[in-house]
Amino acid sequence: MASAHADSEHAEHAGHGDHPPYLAHHFDTPEQQFDSAKLGMWVFIVTEILMFGGLFVAYLIYKGQEPAIFIEAHNRLDWKMGSVNTIVLLFSSLTAALAVRSSQLGKKNETTMWLTITILCALAFLGIKYVEYSHKFHDGLLPGRFFTAHLPEHAHNGHVLPQRASMFFALYFMMTGLHGLHVVIGMSILGWVLVRNHRGQFSPEYFTPVEIGALYWHLVDLVWIYLFPLVYLVG
Amino acid sequence: METMQLPPQWSTFARQTDWLFYFIYWLSVVLFVGIIGVALYFVWKYRRQPGVKAEPTGHATVLEITWTVSPLALLAFLFHMGFRGYIDMTVAPADAMEIRVRAKKWAWDFEYPNGGHSNVLHVPVNRPVRLTLSSEDVIHSLYIPAFRVKKDAVPGYYTTMWFEATQVGETDLFCAEYCGAAVGTTEVSEGDPPVGREGNRRHVGHFSMITKVRIHTMADYNTFLESILRPPVDPATGREATPEKWGEILYRAQQCNTCHSTDGGAMTGPTWRGLFGRQRQFTDGTSATADANYIRQSILQPNSKVVQGFNGVMPSFAGTLRDNQVDAIIAYIRTLN
Amino acid sequence: MATEVAGAHGHDEPDHLAPYLSPEAGRGIKGWLLTLDHKRIGLMYLVSTLLAFFMGGVFALLVRLELFAPGRTIMSAEYYNRAFTLHGAIMVFLFIIPAVPGALGNFVLPIMLGTKDVAFPRLNLLSFYVYLFGATFALYSIISGSVDTGWTFYTPYSTTSNTSVVSMVLGAFILGFSSILTGLNFIVTIHKLRAPGLHWKRLPLFVWGTYATSIIQVLATPVLAITLLLLAAERTFGLGIFDPALGGDPILFQHFFWFYSHPAVYIMIVPGMAVASELFATFSRRAIFGYFAIAMSSLGLALVGFLVWGHHMYTSGQSEFATTLFAALTMLVAIPSGVKVFNWTATLYKGSIVLTTPMLYALSFLILFTIGGLTGLFVGALSVDIHLHDTYFVVAHFHYVMMGGTVMAFVGGILYWWPKMTGKLYDESLAKKGWFFVFVGFNTTFLIQFIMGSKGMPRRYYDYLPQFETYHKISTVGSWLLLVGFLLTAWALIKSIRSGEKSPPNPWGSAGFEWQGTESPPVMQNFRVTPTITRGPYDYHLCSDEELFDGFPEDAEK
Repeated sequence: MASAHADSEHAEHAGHGDHPPYLAHHFDTPEQQFDSAKLGMWVFIVTEILMFGGLFVAYLIYKGQEPAIFIEAHNRLDWKMGSVNTIVLLFSSLTAALAVRSSQLGKKNETTMWLTITILCALAFLGIKYVEYSHKFHDGLLPGRFFTAHLPEHAHNGHVLPQRASMFFALYFMMTGLHGLHVVIGMSILGWVLVRNHRGQFSPEYFTPVEIGALYWHLVDLVWIYLFPLVYLVG
Repeated sequence: METMQLPPQWSTFARQTDWLFYFIYWLSVVLFVGIIGVALYFVWKYRRQPGVKAEPTGHATVLEITWTVSPLALLAFLFHMGFRGYIDMTVAPADAMEIRVRAKKWAWDFEYPNGGHSNVLHVPVNRPVRLTLSSEDVIHSLYIPAFRVKKDAVPGYYTTMWFEATQVGETDLFCAEYCGAAVGTTEVSEGDPPVGREGNRRHVGHFSMITKVRIHTMADYNTFLESILRPPVDPATGREATPEKWGEILYRAQQCNTCHSTDGGAMTGPTWRGLFGRQRQFTDGTSATADANYIRQSILQPNSKVVQGFNGVMPSFAGTLRDNQVDAIIAYIRTLN
Repeated sequence: MATEVAGAHGHDEPDHLAPYLSPEAGRGIKGWLLTLDHKRIGLMYLVSTLLAFFMGGVFALLVRLELFAPGRTIMSAEYYNRAFTLHGAIMVFLFIIPAVPGALGNFVLPIMLGTKDVAFPRLNLLSFYVYLFGATFALYSIISGSVDTGWTFYTPYSTTSNTSVVSMVLGAFILGFSSILTGLNFIVTIHKLRAPGLHWKRLPLFVWGTYATSIIQVLATPVLAITLLLLAAERTFGLGIFDPALGGDPILFQHFFWFYSHPAVYIMIVPGMAVASELFATFSRRAIFGYFAIAMSSLGLALVGFLVWGHHMYTSGQSEFATTLFAALTMLVAIPSGVKVFNWTATLYKGSIVLTTPMLYALSFLILFTIGGLTGLFVGALSVDIHLHDTYFVVAHFHYVMMGGTVMAFVGGILYWWPKMTGKLYDESLAKKGWFFVFVGFNTTFLIQFIMGSKGMPRRYYDYLPQFETYHKISTVGSWLLLVGFLLTAWALIKSIRSGEKSPPNPWGSAGFEWQGTESPPVMQNFRVTPTITRGPYDYHLCSDEELFDGFPEDAEK
C-alpha cells in the first residue's frame, strides 16, 4: 500500500453530502453499485439453475430407465393447461422487461402498470397450476406412498397406471412445486419493487431493484421454458 | 506374507495390489523427505538474521513448467497400474464357482450352488470364486482384507466380485459400509464375533457384521458342501441334532438373537419366550394365535403381520432357510413355553 | 439493491472513523447483532465457528474414548453411531466450510481489496443469520433423537433410520444457503470493489483462494441443496426417488451427494491454502514464489474438483467405465496441489524466515498437507483403493487434509490476524506450547490410523478385533494431546483479550495491504482515505524499512 492519496472525493467523512441518497456508503459510484447488484443477481441465477439442474438430471436418468412408463404417465398431464401457462409466463417476462424500460425512462405510472400486469400473470399461472394440481390429487397421481392411480377406481379410459409411475409424479411434483415456490418468491420481489416504485424511489439514474427483480423473473420463466417441454411434451 | 502395513497375501490379487501400494509408499517417502527436508533446511538456513534481508523473488519458468508437467507421467503410470489391477478384479474367469451373498442387518448369508447356506464364507483354495451380492435393507459392503477385495451390496442391485484364495486357513471378513446398530444388547453366545461386549451381553451393529472366510482344500470343501444340507452333528451325542437343538443353533447362526430374546424381554422384535400359542395383536388391528403357520409366515413374510408395539423391520428369510430349517426353528420356539 | 439512506450522522449512525470495536462504531448488543460491518460479522462468525469446532471436538473425543478399549467403554453402539455422525456433520457443515471464508474471509478480504465493506453488507449479515438458523436445525436434531446416519446421509439407511434425520438434513440445506450467499458476496466484491490500482495480478493470494472457493460454493452447493431436499421429501412423503422398492436408485443419491461433497472438499481446503500463502510470504519476508501458478492452481482445483466425485464410489457398483474415468481424472488433482507445495517451498529459499507461531502453523500445514496429498495417491490408484476404501486409511487421509491442512491454516490465520482483529498481541510462548501439543497430538492420533486402515480396520466401527487394539489406544492418547494443545491455544487468546499488550498497526512487519494501510484494530470504514494500490501484496523489496519493521524492533535498529 505504498501510497494513499487524500483526494477530497475519496475522503469519506466529508463526502457524504455529494452522495445521492440511493448510493450505499461503501460504493464509490452509482455505476459500481448497479454493476455489483447485477453481477450478484447473475451469480444467484447460476446457483438456481444448478439447483434445478439436479432435478432435471434425476428426471432424465429415471426417464432413461423407464421410458415407457414415463411416456404413459406424462399422458396424464394436461398439456393444454401447461401451454397456457407457458404463454402466460412468456408474456409476463415481456411485461417485466417493459417495466425495466419504462423505469429507465422515468415513467413511473407506466412502470406501475407493467409490474402489476406481471404480478397478475404470476397469479394466473398459480391459479392454473392449482387447477392442475387438484386434478392430480383427485386422480391419485401423487408421489410415493400417496400414489393410488394404479387402483382400478382411478382408471383413465379403462387403463390404469403401473405403481412405478409414482416416480414420474414424484419428480413432477418436486420440479413444478419448486418452480411454483420460485413463482411465489418472484411475485413477492416484484410486489416489493411495485411498492417502492409507487413511493417514487426510482429514477432514470436509479432503477436497480426493478432491473434485479425483472432478472429474477426471467429466471423463473427460463426454468419453466425447459421444464414444460421436458415434462409435458416429451414425457 | 504379512508386512508392517498390510495383511497377509491370501489371494491372487494381493501381490499386484501390494506392489502398487509399496511403490506409492516408497515414492511418497522419497517425495516427502525430499520436499519437507528441503523446506526445513531452508527454514534453518534462511532463518532471520540481523542485517540480512530476504532476496527478491525471481522467476524460474523452466522450473515451474517442469514441476507442473513432469508429475503427469508418474500419475499416468500410477493410474495405469491401478487400472490393471482393477480390471483383473472386475472380470471373473468363466469357470469361477458361484456363491450368492445376501446381506442384511447385521448378518451375512452365503448360499452355495447346492442350495445350502452358511454365515461363515467357505471357499475352496486355488479356485476362482464369484460372489453375487445383494442387500435386503441398506447398503453393506463385503470386505476381505487378506484378499484385498471389497464390494458394496446395494438394495435393488446385484453386484459381483471375485477372487481366488491361495492359502488354506481362516481370515476375517468385514462389513465396510456403515449400516447402523441394534437398539439395546443381546446375549453372548458361542460363535459370536468378539466385539461389542458389555459384560455377558453384546452390542450388535455394523461393527459386529464380522465373520470369517474359511478356505478349504477341494476335498474338505466338498465335505463342507454336503454337511450344510443336513442338521449339524451334536458333539455331545455324536448324532445329528434333534429339530429342537437344530432350531436353537439356527437361532444364533441366523442371528435371530440380535432382535428376539428367549428370556421374555422385548428387543427390536418380540421375545420368543412363551410365544407359541399366544394371542397376537397386530398393528393393522387384526389378531391371530401364534401357531406353526403364523410363525412360518412371520419368518418368510415377516412384515405381512406386525405385532403391536414393534416396527416392521425384519428381513425375510424366504430363500435363506429351507423347509426343514423353518420346522426346526418352530420346534425350538415350542420348547420355550 | 442496497438502499442505505444517507444523511447526517444520527445518534444510531455508526461513526465510520471510530475503531470498529469501539462503542462509537455501534453501541451495545444491537451494535453487534444488527451490524452491517464485515469485520464485526467476521468476528461473530469466528465465535460461532469456534463454538462449533469445540462441539465437534467434544464428539471426536468421545468417539476416541469409546475406542480406547475393546467392548463397551463409555457408551452403547447406538450412541457411538450418533457421536461420530454429529462429529462429522458439525465439523463439516458448521465448522470447516464456513470457518475460513466466514470468519477470516469476512474480516480480511475487504481490507485486502482496499474497500470499505463487501458488496452486499445486508446479505452478509443475512448469511450469518441463515447460518445460525441452519445451525439451530442441526442442533435441534441432537436433542430430538439425534442422527445416526454418518455425515454422508447415504440412502436407504438415512431414509429408514428412525432418528431425527430430517431436521439435520434441513439444517445442512439451510447452511448451504448461507454458504452460497457468502460466496456470491465475495465474487461480486472481488470483481467490483477493488481499490484503484488493485488489478487482478496484484490480488493477494488469500483473495485468489477465496475467489476460487466462492465459485465452488456457488456452483456446487445448490446441487447438495436439491439432494437434501429430495432426501427430506423422501422421508416425509415417501417419494421413492432413492428407494429401490419404488423404482428409485440409492446410488443416484451418492452421485448427487458427492457431486457437491467432493467440490466441498475444496471449499474446505482451498481457503486453508490461501491462508498458508499469506503466512509463507509474510514470515519469509519475500514475495511468494510462482504467484501466478498458485493463483491459477486454486482455480484449477476448483475446476478439477467438479470432475472427480465418482472416486468416492469405486466399490459402490457404479459402472466400471465410470470408475475408470473418475480414477483417471482424479490423478489430475495432484497437479495443482503439487504446484502449490513446490511453490511454497521455493518461497522459503533465500527468505528471512521468522518462526512465529503462525509460521509454525504454516509449516505444519505444509508438512501435514503433503502427507495428506501423498496418501491421496494410494486411494486414487484404483486397485489399492479397493482395499483401502472405507477403512481408517481414508479416515487418516482426509483428517490430514482437513485438519492437518485447513485447521492448521485456520489456527495460523487466527493468530496471524489476531492483532488486527482485536488490537491486542498474544503470548507467543504460550501459543507455541499450544502449537507443539497440537502438532504432536495430531500426528499421534492420525499417523497410526494409516497403518490400522491398511491392515484392514474398517471405519465407523463401534468396536474392533483384538489385533487393532494397540493402534486404537495410541490414537486415543493422541486425541488427548490435541485437546491440551487447543486448550493452551484458547488460553493464549483469552489471555490476550484480557490483558494483551496493545498491537502496533503492523506487528509482523508484513507488506500485505491489510497491515499497511490500517490501524489495529481498523476503523469502521477500514481506511481513513481510500487507498490507491501501486505495488503487489508481497513486494517486500519495494517497501521502505519504516513500512515493514514495525513489529521487529531489532530489525529497525540495524
